[in-house]
Amino acid sequence: MKSDNEAILTGNHFLDGDHACCEGAIAAGCRFVAGYPITPSTEVVERIAQRFPLIGGIFIQMEDEIASSIAIAGASWAGKKSMTVTSGPGFSLMMEHIGLAAITETPMVFVNVQRGGPSTGLPTLPAQSDMMQARWGSHGDYEIIALSPNSPQECFNFMIDAFNLSEQYRVPVLFMMDECVGHMIEKVVIPEESKIKLVERKYTSLPPDKYLPFKPGENMVPEFVKAGDGYKIHVTGLTHNEKGYPVINAEAQDKLVRRLVNKIKLNSDKIIRYEEDTVENADVVVVSYGITSRVCIPAINEARAKGIKVGHLRLIVVWPFPEKRIREISGKIKSFVVPELNLGQIFYEVERNACGKADTYLVSHAGGTVHNSEDIYNVIMEAAK
Amino acid sequence: MILENPVNQFLRQDRLPHIWCPGCGIGTTVNCFTRALLESETDLNKVMIVSGIGCTGRVAGYMNLDSFHTTHGRAIPFATGMKLANPDLKVVVYSGDGDISAIGGNHFIHAARRNIEILVICVDNFTYGMTGGQVTPTSHIGAINSTTPYGNFEQPFNLPFLADSSGAVYVARWTAFHVHQLARSIKEALQKKGFSFIEVIAPCPTLYLRRNRLGDGIDEMKYYKEKSVVKNNADTKDVGISFKGEIVVGKFVDRERPSFLESMNVHYKKVLGDSYKTYGE
Ligand code: SF4
Repeated sequence: MKSDNEAILTGNHFLDGDHACCEGAIAAGCRFVAGYPITPSTEVVERIAQRFPLIGGIFIQMEDEIASSIAIAGASWAGKKSMTVTSGPGFSLMMEHIGLAAITETPMVFVNVQRGGPSTGLPTLPAQSDMMQARWGSHGDYEIIALSPNSPQECFNFMIDAFNLSEQYRVPVLFMMDECVGHMIEKVVIPEESKIKLVERKYTSLPPDKYLPFKPGENMVPEFVKAGDGYKIHVTGLTHNEKGYPVINAEAQDKLVRRLVNKIKLNSDKIIRYEEDTVENADVVVVSYGITSRVCIPAINEARAKGIKVGHLRLIVVWPFPEKRIREISGKIKSFVVPELNLGQIFYEVERNACGKADTYLVSHAGGTVHNSEDIYNVIMEAAK
Repeated sequence: MILENPVNQFLRQDRLPHIWCPGCGIGTTVNCFTRALLESETDLNKVMIVSGIGCTGRVAGYMNLDSFHTTHGRAIPFATGMKLANPDLKVVVYSGDGDISAIGGNHFIHAARRNIEILVICVDNFTYGMTGGQVTPTSHIGAINSTTPYGNFEQPFNLPFLADSSGAVYVARWTAFHVHQLARSIKEALQKKGFSFIEVIAPCPTLYLRRNRLGDGIDEMKYYKEKSVVKNNADTKDVGISFKGEIVVGKFVDRERPSFLESMNVHYKKVLGDSYKTYGE
């Protein structure tokens, strides 16, 4: 197998978000990808298919998204960093295995280049309408991590974070792009290998007779073994004990599911990431993510020119949601404005955490293109009154 | 002196007793599987067992091997990912007829077409046991199931034919009565480089037999004994089973065809030359 530095295309490039996402995955050490063609995400796997044979990776185009989303689970247990790539309709088919990844604590990255829905919707046009599906789409109680890039450079950078988080917390990580970010072409700087910080999964040093595959370790995350290491582990999607054996009762359920949720909840301060621009002393704070975090900037600037004190809080990690920060801010400002390419998803999170201490305004958009800056501006002005 | 059953080492003793009903055929097939492992002298650390959901889906949980109890119908794509990610592993899928041929049917034919190097053992009892005995794609015409209370009228799958025509390199069928032949077949299939498929006809006394007034597990064994005909190399299109009809058993297909990874390596080497490093070496 070729060494990783040959795999990393250090230098300046001109790439779209889909291609940058592929390069980010490769730089993160991903060497197994299973996917199924779907617009507007296909370019990611097309580039993977071209790159992988030359760098010792395996790409397989599966028969559907259900198969893709579980082939990566098998590959992950076999020791490879693995991902699948899709868009709305395929994402719907993958929900089952987001749940499997959650309960079996399997590191897996799911890329969703969002398009307009429901159903086939707008295959070639953008939306941000899968954000709640990302959080809640599989049945049962569980937590995931979701990131939202707003440029090809971030597609590269945050893919590395996505894999790092997935390996560190043994949790499915959802990479929530959108058609605009996926297809926009910008400069992407790929750093030298030594500048790329990778987090590898933590393999146990215990011998097989002392090792419990689902016993919480550091950060409540169990230590790993690979399939074939001689530990004879049992991995099941059933509720299980620390040994991995199925236990079908309320106590085992409470113990397992609470840990799976707390593993992310209680570590959320370490996971959450956002960017702030003059949020302190603001009267109105715009909360945005993904492509909308760029589209809203002219509107913010225009409102500021009119003398309105506008802050901007841009989510990078969307799930877990920065509940605490929204609560802190809400006591100090007049209102939040949430523009998103859907009819209200993250808006409700903001509203819930504002606890009535700040007004919340949604700038909704059904998708197909991005907001008119003027529409966001008008709501900011209204929110400042 | 008390001699330990040689099969014990393959079972997770701390998980016994198992959940299967008295007279169920699944345990018999597991016994054959363990004997095949014992005789084949494969490195057990490298044998992976992957199951879907259902009564047979529980096999993974009782085997003292790295074992993966996945989602309904998806054992084959899980196994595909596992095998491709680490070609040193020997990956066995063990599941039932509903899991493999209904919800997982699409994965079955594609894994066979690609010739993914896995062994698929399908315990076919013509019904969904875990959920209470509903009709499956292999239920015979006329058979009573909880969702065909007036009898089934759908044409069943002939699984060996499906596997054969999709490209499997090894296809066999035995019943729970043919324990020696089954163990031998599993041992043989474990050595195949490609997609291998073994269908094991097995009794579900609790649901299928009772509902169809076919007696108990013993009666079913008598039926297998009386109505099975060994026809090695039989044309798989002729081995369909009808209600209470003859059961053709044997090794139907044993051929060579490059596996997915072999084809991939040969192809990339050809088109990419020295810039391609053989995968899995
Ligand atoms: S329900 Fe049928 S298949 Fe399931 S364990 Fe009982 S006898 Fe076996």
